[in-house]
Amino acid sequence: MQTKRTVFPNRVLPYLLLLPQLLVTAVFFLWPAAQAFWQSFLREDAFGFKTTFVWFANYSKLFADPNYLNSMRVTAIFSISVTVLAMVIALLLAVTASRMLRSSKVYSTLLVWPYAIAPAIAGILWWFMFNPTIGILTYALRAFGVNWNHMINSTDAMILIVLAATWKQISYNFLFFLAGLQSVPKSLEEAAAIDGAGPVKRFWTIVFPLLSPTTFYLMVINVVYAMFDTFGVIHATTEGGPSRATEILVYKVYFDGFIGLNLGSSAAQSVILMLIVIALTGIQFRFIERRVQY
Amino acid sequence: MVENRPILNFLSHLVLIVGVVVVVFPVYLAFIASTRGPNDFYSGVVPLLPGPHMIENYWAMLSSGMTTSGAPPLGPMMFNSLVMALGVAIGKIAISILSAFAIVYFRFPFRTLAFWLIFITLMLPVEVRIVPTFKVVADLGLLNNYGGLIVPLLASATATFLFRQFFLTVPEELMEAARVDGAGPMKFFRDILLPLSVTNIAALFVILFILGWNQYLWPLIVTTNQDQYTVVMGIKRMADVADSYPQWHTVMAAVILAALPPVLVIIGMQRLFVKGLTETEK
Repeated sequence: MQTKRTVFPNRVLPYLLLLPQLLVTAVFFLWPAAQAFWQSFLREDAFGFKTTFVWFANYSKLFADPNYLNSMRVTAIFSISVTVLAMVIALLLAVTASRMLRSSKVYSTLLVWPYAIAPAIAGILWWFMFNPTIGILTYALRAFGVNWNHMINSTDAMILIVLAATWKQISYNFLFFLAGLQSVPKSLEEAAAIDGAGPVKRFWTIVFPLLSPTTFYLMVINVVYAMFDTFGVIHATTEGGPSRATEILVYKVYFDGFIGLNLGSSAAQSVILMLIVIALTGIQFRFIERRVQY
Repeated sequence: MVENRPILNFLSHLVLIVGVVVVVFPVYLAFIASTRGPNDFYSGVVPLLPGPHMIENYWAMLSSGMTTSGAPPLGPMMFNSLVMALGVAIGKIAISILSAFAIVYFRFPFRTLAFWLIFITLMLPVEVRIVPTFKVVADLGLLNNYGGLIVPLLASATATFLFRQFFLTVPEELMEAARVDGAGPMKFFRDILLPLSVTNIAALFVILFILGWNQYLWPLIVTTNQDQYTVVMGIKRMADVADSYPQWHTVMAAVILAALPPVLVIIGMQRLFVKGLTETEK
């Protein structure tokens, strides 16, 4: 690992400098993670009197549990929809904004601020618009003969959380796409234009391939966002309902651990989630090492 | 822009304007609702133009809150959020700049191990290990105080990475010159490295402040005492009741108030924010 050519000779000082960070990491990250790992092999009886070591029983039970499998399916649908929607819309906006000479700055300012809105608040805003009794969008939909009610209809509930989560994520993707687009050499596009390629062709054959590092990076980040950072969106709106239609994995860990008090199962779910994060981080890290290049 | 195509320009503006409208509309609607009185929500659809009750709604939320839903006034909750956001931002920056300094400017046994231990935190978001972390915090007696809200969120691999990357680009000669002049490591850190990092620190601060302000799950479980609620989680309790009693005007006033500080930070420091975002995440 890289350091400076010359370094300071102190022996104790570097440990002191590292101490605060390592302490916090050990106490609040590594120790709880280890606990989750250990707990996932235990089962507590209903009154907490005794715990027994049950090997992989918690895991095998999870994978036989229709609720857990449903939660996995819901998570997959949710995160894929959010990722695709948020990225496509952001790319469209970034491409059009980067065409603008003077107004590009103004549009970016108007588009980036939702990044600052908490997921829970984004959820409440959309919940308000889709409110079955007074929501403005519900009212508009009724004019088209759609009877919207996310408290009863599971598809409506899913659409609601996807929209809220996407709405908040667009600004982030937009900024990255805009930065990516600005680093595409103008000379390439100009050369293609001289050769007679129209804007659409130029985009697909030159700009989009050159954007692929950004696209790939954003894909990983968006999946991570949809899987882990959207707890607030769901907890503030549907609370996993109706009938578990919006219960993503992170929500289920929370629900089983704090409301259901099924610690063994919740711990096993935590371990599975950690494996997913580790896999995603690994993908992302490989990407940083060796960018997708042409 | 490579060539001038009026139709395409028109279409681009159209796409962007539609985009801006979609992005702004939910918040506009919330603002409109927050200026209305309670009776405006009986009619079946939300009004689209502002009403006359703005000041009284906001004042009511700030000073007395919603007593029916067991939510405290917004003023103290926003103060708690502010303390939490500042604590998380300053704390993260402080501990990660120190550890990045140690990793880059010293060579010592277990250096790589320390680096990897820090890196691991990137893989363990709090949502994932929520139950055992709660237990640790409870055992340490940190429930319902600022320590419990802030300290468990402090370790940050991304901030450490950012500072490490930055320190690696600082010219070697600066440190050599400092050593020739007899400066020790802490003097070098304070007088040379810190001033050079000011822009990075500021950019990171913007991102981390927003991150801290918007925390939801963690405050939700470690605060059971109303005095310790943060504003983002407190709103949820109001919204729960809002549907049964039509109190949307006050809930939306609270939403606007809770969203305002981080949005102002972004708009006011857009350049730093973009820098912080595009550099920390890579």
